[in-house]
Amino acid sequence: MKTSNSMERVLTTLSHQEPDRVPFFLLATLHGARELGVGIREYFSRAEQVVAGQLRLRARYRHDCLSGFFFGPLEIEAWGGEVLYYDDGPPNSGEPPLRELEQISSLKPPRIAEARCLHRSLEAIRLLKQQSGGEVPILGVAISPFSLPVMQLGFDRYFDLIHERPELFQRLMAINEEFCVEWANAQLDAGATAICYFDPVASPTILPPELYEATGFQVARRTLARIKGPTATHLASGRCLGIMELLARSGTVAIGVSAQENLAEVKAAAAGRVSLIGNLNGIEMRRWSEAEAREKVREAITRGGAGGGFILADNHGEIPWQVSDELLMTISDAVLTFGQYPLSPGVSE
Amino acid sequence: MDTREPLHQELETALLSLNKVATRRIFKESGLSPIRFAEELFMPVLDRIGAKWERGDCALSQIYVSGRICESLLNELLPTAPAEQSMNPPMAVATLEDSHLLGKRLLSSVLRSSGYHFHDYGQQNLENLVSKVQFDGIRILLVSTLMLSSALRVKELRRRLDKQGLQVKIVVGGAPFRFDQALWREVGADATSPTATGALAIVRRLADEVRHENQ
Repeated sequence: MKTSNSMERVLTTLSHQEPDRVPFFLLATLHGARELGVGIREYFSRAEQVVAGQLRLRARYRHDCLSGFFFGPLEIEAWGGEVLYYDDGPPNSGEPPLRELEQISSLKPPRIAEARCLHRSLEAIRLLKQQSGGEVPILGVAISPFSLPVMQLGFDRYFDLIHERPELFQRLMAINEEFCVEWANAQLDAGATAICYFDPVASPTILPPELYEATGFQVARRTLARIKGPTATHLASGRCLGIMELLARSGTVAIGVSAQENLAEVKAAAAGRVSLIGNLNGIEMRRWSEAEAREKVREAITRGGAGGGFILADNHGEIPWQVSDELLMTISDAVLTFGQYPLSPGVSE
Repeated sequence: MDTREPLHQELETALLSLNKVATRRIFKESGLSPIRFAEELFMPVLDRIGAKWERGDCALSQIYVSGRICESLLNELLPTAPAEQSMNPPMAVATLEDSHLLGKRLLSSVLRSSGYHFHDYGQQNLENLVSKVQFDGIRILLVSTLMLSSALRVKELRRRLDKQGLQVKIVVGGAPFRFDQALWREVGADATSPTATGALAIVRRLADEVRHENQ
């Protein structure tokens, strides 16, 4: 089979056909800092560094995307929240900026043009687009309006809001939707190929499916319809099987699958309607031997690869800093070994 | 069959559907004292709900609200903790390096409902946590983490506590420990549990061990 470039490979699998090999997204957002020999905080302070890191990582590991994603709490910074940096892990959000639910009544969404912290990410996407020549998908990320409140309020107060304050909840969703749509479309305008709609609260791990259907699903349908490009919904290690029907109807083209789910079962449920991204266990990955890593990759390809509609990746959307470069290379080599279409009988069950 | 099984099922249904009124009615109709109701009904049922969550059969929000319903009802019925458990060894709960406090809150809710007395340290960095543990003479420390880097920091926590000669049992919990089931041993913890009610059983065991060591 003719060798495709990454864009062709990904588009083919997303149309539920088999490309030349299984595409893989090595979402090592932090490892670029190691490539450049700078600290994590310093790395994310300049778009040019993130671009250099992304390009070096792709040159080394031969994966099929570039990412303009910096870190989740970047968005919360735009809302006035605090970002905490660590030397050995992703930046995390500090105290939630909304201390009281009543603050929602007077809340206004930040405008992208005024949110300078987001401009670095947009600049990185622009530069990646310039330098990749359209042959590699560039991923943008937008936290869903339904999941952003975990950082805006904290998990517990957000649960209280959903269960006890329906009017304030609806108001917060309306505000967050405006922000999410503007942020996602700004990334598409800057050159992102697709948006990862990061929606962990949607997962049945976090909310009962019937409550999701009445709340987050409605938000997703409204929001995804206004985002002017393809979206992939990521539940950040949360299970997806229990809401597969809803996800398939939400307007998304792909779903992130948890390591706690059987990829073959999820693939059967997706039934060609949405593609799957996953589901290597990023937390365990740190301890995998070379043989284990190869087996995990082979197993995921066996369960998810046949017929396309599958992109191999970790299950969280961010590979931990503690995963070694050698292990990433083993994963890359294993995809090239086991992921060639047509899958060999030993690979495809 | 456990004779309480029908009541367990009824209470589980009430809690999973977040029905406070039905929960209160089940208590009244059970004829049990508040403490026996907590021990024989609330805790086993919260444990079942936790097990369901592990299997993917219920959601974290249901665990959270169930815990709140239990805590609220017991606060009303049990103004003071039972004498026996208020004698538990010095104990504390903390979230290490993270502002997401849900795990700690779930745990606190279950411990409080069971009559345990403990220090709630909230969010702490490593240095402050070690100081507080030393100052309060803590013997059982329950640590919740969200990020892998914070979970790995427990190894340093263990090292510093050992270096100061502090005999502290560390119980860890949170997403990194659920996704890597060997991680708790690697960081030198004494135990882990994927659920708050599971942690309660561990606390009971460790409290007995500590009492034994003190004799």
